[in-house]
Amino acid sequence: MDILQILSNTGSSLIAPATIGYALAALGLAMHFGFTGLLNMGMAAFMAIGAYGYAISILTFGFPWWGGMLVGVGGSLVFALILGIPTLRLRGDYLAIVTIAAAEVVRLLFLTTTFDKYTGSADGLSGYHESFRAFNPIPDGTYGFGPWEYNANGWWVRIFGIAILALAAFILWAVMRSPWGRVIKGIREDEDAVRALGKNVFSYKLQSLMLGGVFGAMGGIIYALPASVNPGVYVTSLTFFVYTALLLGGAATIFGPIIGSVIFWGVQTLLSNLLPAMVNVGLLPFMTTTQSQTVRFILVGVALMLLVIYRPQGILGNKKELTFVK
Amino acid sequence: MSSNDASAAPVQRAKTTGLHKGDIVPGVAKVDPIIIADGIRRTFGGLTAVNVDHVEIPRNAITALIGPNGAGKTTLFNLLTGFDKPDEGKWTFDGHSLAGMGAHKVAGLGQVRTFQLTKALGLLTVLENMKLGAKDQIGENIFRAVIPSLWRKQEAEIEERAIVLLKKFKLDAKSSDFAASLSGGQRKLLEMARALMSQPTLVMLDEPMAGVNPALTQSLLDHILDLKEEGMTVLFVEHDMHMVRHIADWVIVMAEGQVVAEGPPDEVMKNQAVIDAYLGSHQDVDLGIVTGRIEGELNTEAIKLAAEVKHLDENIANRKETGK
Repeated sequence: MDILQILSNTGSSLIAPATIGYALAALGLAMHFGFTGLLNMGMAAFMAIGAYGYAISILTFGFPWWGGMLVGVGGSLVFALILGIPTLRLRGDYLAIVTIAAAEVVRLLFLTTTFDKYTGSADGLSGYHESFRAFNPIPDGTYGFGPWEYNANGWWVRIFGIAILALAAFILWAVMRSPWGRVIKGIREDEDAVRALGKNVFSYKLQSLMLGGVFGAMGGIIYALPASVNPGVYVTSLTFFVYTALLLGGAATIFGPIIGSVIFWGVQTLLSNLLPAMVNVGLLPFMTTTQSQTVRFILVGVALMLLVIYRPQGILGNKKELTFVK
Repeated sequence: MSSNDASAAPVQRAKTTGLHKGDIVPGVAKVDPIIIADGIRRTFGGLTAVNVDHVEIPRNAITALIGPNGAGKTTLFNLLTGFDKPDEGKWTFDGHSLAGMGAHKVAGLGQVRTFQLTKALGLLTVLENMKLGAKDQIGENIFRAVIPSLWRKQEAEIEERAIVLLKKFKLDAKSSDFAASLSGGQRKLLEMARALMSQPTLVMLDEPMAGVNPALTQSLLDHILDLKEEGMTVLFVEHDMHMVRHIADWVIVMAEGQVVAEGPPDEVMKNQAVIDAYLGSHQDVDLGIVTGRIEGELNTEAIKLAAEVKHLDENIANRKETGK
């Protein structure tokens, strides 16, 4: 059992693009669920729209990398409008049902062979890196130490991702400490009371859905930035994983979603390396290495249950400020 | 018209009189109405919850809306405040037609309401609850929200106003606690104070006294009377007849969705239709004496009632025996 290799992989995962992408999406869910009380179960669709918007506009229409990102973000804004206008008048639990269905519709649209020319259907999309890498200011070579040793492109993706994440966290913090954020939290508590005070609740909910959707789309883009867009990623369980990261850190906090994502990916990577290694040296005689990979996801599910039951406010949340236990 | 007799004594303040024009009948015209409603109908399936031909609410007075459970009082409230839409009818507030207008726009015109089941925003602090009530906040626009220098000054003014109101409602010691930690009565006070943050012209209170202890009732009554002195109009739904008699200048009685009577409180409560529909004929009789559990003197009417009760008791006893 190569303990060093396992720890190195785990350490590396802490600032992996996937982790940053999850953190951005979790920030979006913090906006939707933690602060506004919108039970959006379709975050995977916002991420897919971001990633596909980015890749398609570069591959099919020859956009530069930043143009692709604008298309991805713009797509998520349009999706938020289409999703929000008919559903935000519904009660919370109906929103969850509708968003989960809408996310599946989006995923299947990207998966169908009808648009194979643009979406690559089941194969997904790749080979859109040239424009983004051409913008890389870091000279060629390998930098870093220990587990965090990457080449110039690896660092460029990570630095860019962390910068976007920092910007998103700042925006969320800035709006949530303002009177706008006060209205948003009021809507989470009781939207009729806020309406009676003369606030246009529907408009605020739509704004929240759009802002959180943009964070989700950027998360999808960062997730896809170093490698490829794979339709198998944007399934409903992605939304559940992002919720796990969010609840782990604290739903109604700014740094909670980020810390939650880092811990989620750290533990995921540790288990995916550690469990097969333990099977190989005979420490877990009752399972095979393939089974051990499934056990990893069972453990995620158990962790989510334990979290919601025993520490619903998450790591950073205020015990008094539980968002889903009333 | 309103009384300027603002002495500190909490007891009886002068009522506003002379609010109506002509004979007092249901739907009578007012000298200076703030709300005029015509032909408001709201049905739920086959049930007609509200069917009001014409009603006017007098300005700068305290109007009580009373009636038995299911009379349509809260439904009328919801219709007037834009929380529900009538099947037909039109109504104006301060000269603005409100038909088809959303609740937040109605509130924006200066008509603010509270709820029968108190809606304190539990996970906001008491002070945040108050600040939320203020209207036209610059920082409530998402783009301006990012730049605090645009809204800091207004925020400080709002906070000052909130603290003054909280002191008046004796909630200032609680200002940094979550509203969820308040008692039921304190939440009622908070909801009323929060409504006042929007500087309304019409305050609509849905059962402000429900579940409030007698000591707090007195201070709530004073707050409501103060509103009138500050030039606001108050419309409230209430079941507590003593309170209605004590503070209302005008009473509107609803039954089965219709306005069955209105007038100054003392006159309305003598009205036979009101007694039949709502108050009951024996409202002044102690139930303990009637049922024989407490010693006391009964007037002739109550003696009749006592006989009736005795007769019913015997019937029940007989039925039990034959059941065996």
